[in-house]
Amino acid sequence: MENNNLIQLKDVTRVYQMGDTEVRALKGISYIIKRGDLLAIMGPSGSGKSTLMNIIGCLDKPSDGKYFLEGQEISTFNKNELARMRNKKIGFVFQNFNLLSRTTALENTELPLLYSDVPSKKSREMALKALEMVGLKGRELHKTNQISGGEMQRVAIARALVNDPSLILADEPTGNLDTKTGQEIMEIFTTLNKEKGITIILVTHDPEVAEITERRVYLRDGEIEREEES
Amino acid sequence: MNIAKTAKVSLLALNRNKMRSFLTALGIIIGVGAVIAMVSIGQGAKAEIEQRFTEMGTNLLFVRPGSMSFRGRHGGGGSYTTLKESDAKAILENCDAVQYVSPNVNTRAQVVFGNKNWNSSIYGVGDRYPQIRNWDVEYGVFFDENQVRTGQKVCVLGSEVTENLFEGADPIGEIIRLNKIPFRVLGVLKTKGEAGGWGSRDDMIAVPYTTAKSRLMNIDYIQSIDVSAVSAKRTDEAARQIEELLRTRHKIAPGSEDDFNVRNISDIAEGASEATQILTILLGGIASISLLVGGIGIMNIMLVSVTERIREIGIRMSVGAREIDILLQFLTEAVVLSVLGGVLGICLGLGSSSLISKLAGMKTLVSIGSVALAFFFAGSVGVFFGFYPARKASKLDPIEALRYE
Ligand SMILES: Nc1ncnc2c1ncn2[C@@H]1O[C@H](COP(=O)(O)OP(=O)(O)O)[C@@H](O)[C@H]1O
Ligand SMILES: [Mg+2]
Repeated sequence: MENNNLIQLKDVTRVYQMGDTEVRALKGISYIIKRGDLLAIMGPSGSGKSTLMNIIGCLDKPSDGKYFLEGQEISTFNKNELARMRNKKIGFVFQNFNLLSRTTALENTELPLLYSDVPSKKSREMALKALEMVGLKGRELHKTNQISGGEMQRVAIARALVNDPSLILADEPTGNLDTKTGQEIMEIFTTLNKEKGITIILVTHDPEVAEITERRVYLRDGEIEREEES
Repeated sequence: MNIAKTAKVSLLALNRNKMRSFLTALGIIIGVGAVIAMVSIGQGAKAEIEQRFTEMGTNLLFVRPGSMSFRGRHGGGGSYTTLKESDAKAILENCDAVQYVSPNVNTRAQVVFGNKNWNSSIYGVGDRYPQIRNWDVEYGVFFDENQVRTGQKVCVLGSEVTENLFEGADPIGEIIRLNKIPFRVLGVLKTKGEAGGWGSRDDMIAVPYTTAKSRLMNIDYIQSIDVSAVSAKRTDEAARQIEELLRTRHKIAPGSEDDFNVRNISDIAEGASEATQILTILLGGIASISLLVGGIGIMNIMLVSVTERIREIGIRMSVGAREIDILLQFLTEAVVLSVLGGVLGICLGLGSSSLISKLAGMKTLVSIGSVALAFFFAGSVGVFFGFYPARKASKLDPIEALRYE
């Protein structure tokens, strides 16, 4: 079924211009990701994982090729339209958390809603719910400099899911966490995927982390090397 | 994103870094404060002068020797001897728009009473001086026409002289010595008060001009004539009549220059308030420079803060902030800071203005206009100097901003 395709990449390339030299970070990626997928992107450092995530996450555009998200051709969007897509459809989780410092968990979680047209009363409710979902009930007013790495990543996940996105992108979300905390974070992702049906794409180096996903895509030198399904 | 949300985002960001916010606003606080305080000094001086002239009455005219081209020159010091007592009498008799005249001579004298010694201004004036100058006797009497005509050694004291010589005792009937010549005190004039840095107007002694001329100064001319017109409306008419009369009396050929000048109080008031206007503009201008410097300070700190907050900007962009949202956030921060700085600056300005008037004894006047102008200027400074950093922030690339360490 065509509209079951959340993401469709058609021969996507990304070339970085570094002075005189060109760095071809992606060399023609074609791939389809279905709604409800839990997908891991793996590959050695420098293989283009982050570049691909940025394009899928509407932070960047392909140099060539086409990218469709929910049937809309993102590769033709302008900056404002990209920002709107990030706001409505996408949640990011980063390796280094990327939370606002000296700011409460609640305010961080509410951040995407500040840039939407959700009224502020409603956005508070939504943020509280998201924080509850990641197991931070009761710690809403803790500031980001007063909580642990695992908790920070939970706040980041709450922020990623607060706007009810179609897609959550996590670039090495457990990279800065110890194994046990990493597992807890992965459990949150699988729960969100199973129970809320949110499509999740995560980049990881850790085979154990990748284990729990349904599909794994291996990148090498900007190309898809192979695909694994379990 | 609507205005309320933009405001919320900006206020939260400012609140997160209170010290930086305060330092940013400090330039504006001082700038606005300085503008208001400086302008209040200028305006105070202006109001003071205007009040002084109104106190003197609007139908007042001055006749001075010397031509109009020596405008503003005080006719004292004996350099002109062309104005005579008879001129004053003729003006009173012949000009029907004139009500009173008072021939004037001025000098200074050493004043002695008992063991007290004082140096004071001596005003040699006519008996109508109180009416012409709107300056009444507080107690006792002023000298009368007869005492003036016969050159009696009598005097009326300004309140400051009274205070200094008699220290609360009744001066009426006492004998004081002016340059060793004994004068009987007839009365004391009402207090006029300090004239904002212009010296006291109460440090004076009025004596009949006849006595002053012959006993104190030994001259046969007078230095000026104070004239009051019968009404404020007929002041110009009175001036014309006086000019005509004096030209005839002084035998001035048609076309040649007068050897006297007649000016009315509003001419002089205008000139004086023009001068204080220039003072106001000058002071305000200097203070405005500090406001400008404050604005540059805002820009500087905002630019630093943009660099410092690149990651924050990246985070905001990653969750859907558009260029315009970032631009407005930083612009709002700048405007909020300068407006808050403006409010605090107004308080500072009001405070220092009243402090200046207390400590320096200068009259200061804060007008709504100057407050509004300074405030508006502060806001504009915020927009103007906030725009460049805000634009810089909004043009950041989200991926690079997120990766920034
Ligand atoms: N902004 C950039 N400018 C130039 N080259 C870049 C830029 N971002 C990434 N690259 C290059 O593109 C390639 C892929 O990088 P990246 O997507 O970050 O890889 P990964 O995330 O798999 O480690 C690398 O060779 C990297 O050096
Ligand atoms: Mg990477």
